[in-house]
Amino acid sequence: MSTTVATPVTAPPKVSSAQRRRVKGRRNYVGGLFAWLWLVIIIIPIYYVVITTFKDQGAYFTQNPLALPNPPTMTAYQEVVEANIIRYFFNSVIVTVGAVIPLVLFSFLASYAIVRGNSRLLRVSRSMFLLGLAIPLQATIIPIYLIITRIHMYDSLGALILPSIAFGIPLTVLILSNFIRDVPRELFESMRLDGCTDWQMAWRLAFPLTKPAIVTVSIYNGLNVWNGFLFALILTQSPEKRVMPLALWAFQGEYQVNIPAVLAAVVLSTLPILILYMVGRRQLLRGLTAGFGK
Amino acid sequence: MAALAPLVEDRTQLLERGRAPGGAKSRLGILVVPALLMFLAFAFLPLIGVLVLSFTDWDGIGDIGFVGGQSWVEVLTDPGTWHAVWLTFAVMIITWLVQTPISLLLGTFIAGQQRYRAFLAVLFFLPLLMSSAAIAIAFKSLLDPNFGLSAGLHLPFLAQDWLGDPTLAFVTVIFVIAWQFIPFHTLLYQGGVRQIPEQMYEAAQIDGAGRVRQFFSITVPQLKYTIITSSTLMLVGSLVYFDLIWVLTQGGPGNATRILALDMYIRGFQANQMGAASVIGVILVVVGLVLTLIIQRLAGRDLAASQMEGM
Repeated sequence: MSTTVATPVTAPPKVSSAQRRRVKGRRNYVGGLFAWLWLVIIIIPIYYVVITTFKDQGAYFTQNPLALPNPPTMTAYQEVVEANIIRYFFNSVIVTVGAVIPLVLFSFLASYAIVRGNSRLLRVSRSMFLLGLAIPLQATIIPIYLIITRIHMYDSLGALILPSIAFGIPLTVLILSNFIRDVPRELFESMRLDGCTDWQMAWRLAFPLTKPAIVTVSIYNGLNVWNGFLFALILTQSPEKRVMPLALWAFQGEYQVNIPAVLAAVVLSTLPILILYMVGRRQLLRGLTAGFGK
Repeated sequence: MAALAPLVEDRTQLLERGRAPGGAKSRLGILVVPALLMFLAFAFLPLIGVLVLSFTDWDGIGDIGFVGGQSWVEVLTDPGTWHAVWLTFAVMIITWLVQTPISLLLGTFIAGQQRYRAFLAVLFFLPLLMSSAAIAIAFKSLLDPNFGLSAGLHLPFLAQDWLGDPTLAFVTVIFVIAWQFIPFHTLLYQGGVRQIPEQMYEAAQIDGAGRVRQFFSITVPQLKYTIITSSTLMLVGSLVYFDLIWVLTQGGPGNATRILALDMYIRGFQANQMGAASVIGVILVVVGLVLTLIIQRLAGRDLAASQMEGM
């Protein structure tokens, strides 16, 4: 877009618009060849997974693995539904929603306080969260396991929610406080003169103005929790507490010979995110690079 | 607006004078409490806990007894640990070397403006939607020597025991990591390239610089901070590639892909040696911290400080 916008002040006068359009829009054969090659590398596994889910076990063993299913069948999907995948799917939904809502809510309030205030407590909190950014928190799974067992939450969905909230806080606070800091100070002061409390200012002023950032961090954390495997592996045990990534792993162990069913579970676990990608690709990609972009 | 400004300032001053010292601050403090408590209980306390537990002989179930530095001696004299350390750094460096140039090239390419590049970008980002477990399972079946890719393409040389041979398993792990994470870094670089002012390329073109020259003289230097961010995420992130490798190989065959993160899990949750596993945990924390500091020092920019400004 920017190439077509005339920029008389900065653009050198010698460059014609046709030339200018060529700058970024030129043919790039080397890059193009490379990009198409990479596309093949990306697409083949995805294509293979999708077509295999529409084969039954017989077809899997006899047909060419890359040939389209003939005839296509839904047997694999039936089998994973019978294997209780709907339950695991909803476990994942519960854990994701149950973690992301408090995580974003707590982080928003903390960011508001950190940006607006300067007490000792707030400075200490800020340092804590910065520490959390610099450390690979997954290295602390053993004490997390200890804490979860001691508070008698082992093998519950809540056990997955609590550390997910804590791990997401540092980056979420960082991003949200950057946005709250951009809200003009004058707006806060005039609201204060109108007699508003901090609580009211947070919700009536800061919240609406940081909504895009709230969406971004919700997506970022939602994806992390939805795809998370490690907490589920160490903090749950019984089949009825499985979340999707763990269920995939368990299926793979139980149905070793039924590859179409295992891959159907893979597809179902990715489906909600794929739908999100189709309806809000920009939002989703912005969410993925939350805090790292630019 | 300009006319209002003095008025606002006036009001602000009034307000500053009228505010009871500390009154408003203490009310603000309450807002940070829920986040702080959650972080303290499930991130900070575990951070202290991993250090404390490294001096115990806890088995994961019974009582916790302090044994001094016994676990440390055991772990540090175990050649398996050093193998895991070596593997961790090998995975870290090799995945960085593989991912960085590819992500940089792809990101630059899809930042261009033809329509088909945007279309390619949509497909390039698909792996970002899948969990590590899903990706690992997909590749496990794809790499099956009898019913996978080699049979589909009739290419016998692809019919290797990809996950059964130590060297091949290592190569496979690197490849699948690259497959999973290159899209993310491509996305970072695409965003970075789009921020480079068009005029720089126009000027270079007038000066007669070819495309390769432009790439190395404009694109790469302008992407300095993107490269730092991307590299930090790759290098520090590689310490905790657990899910993918666990589902692909479980650290095997033998211990050919048993990086520190897997070593910690296996010692702790399979061998029930939580003390030894905590030692590995402490090592991971320290390596992560040191790595972040080194990268920032080398990059000449204190990322933590700039992040702190943000808060």
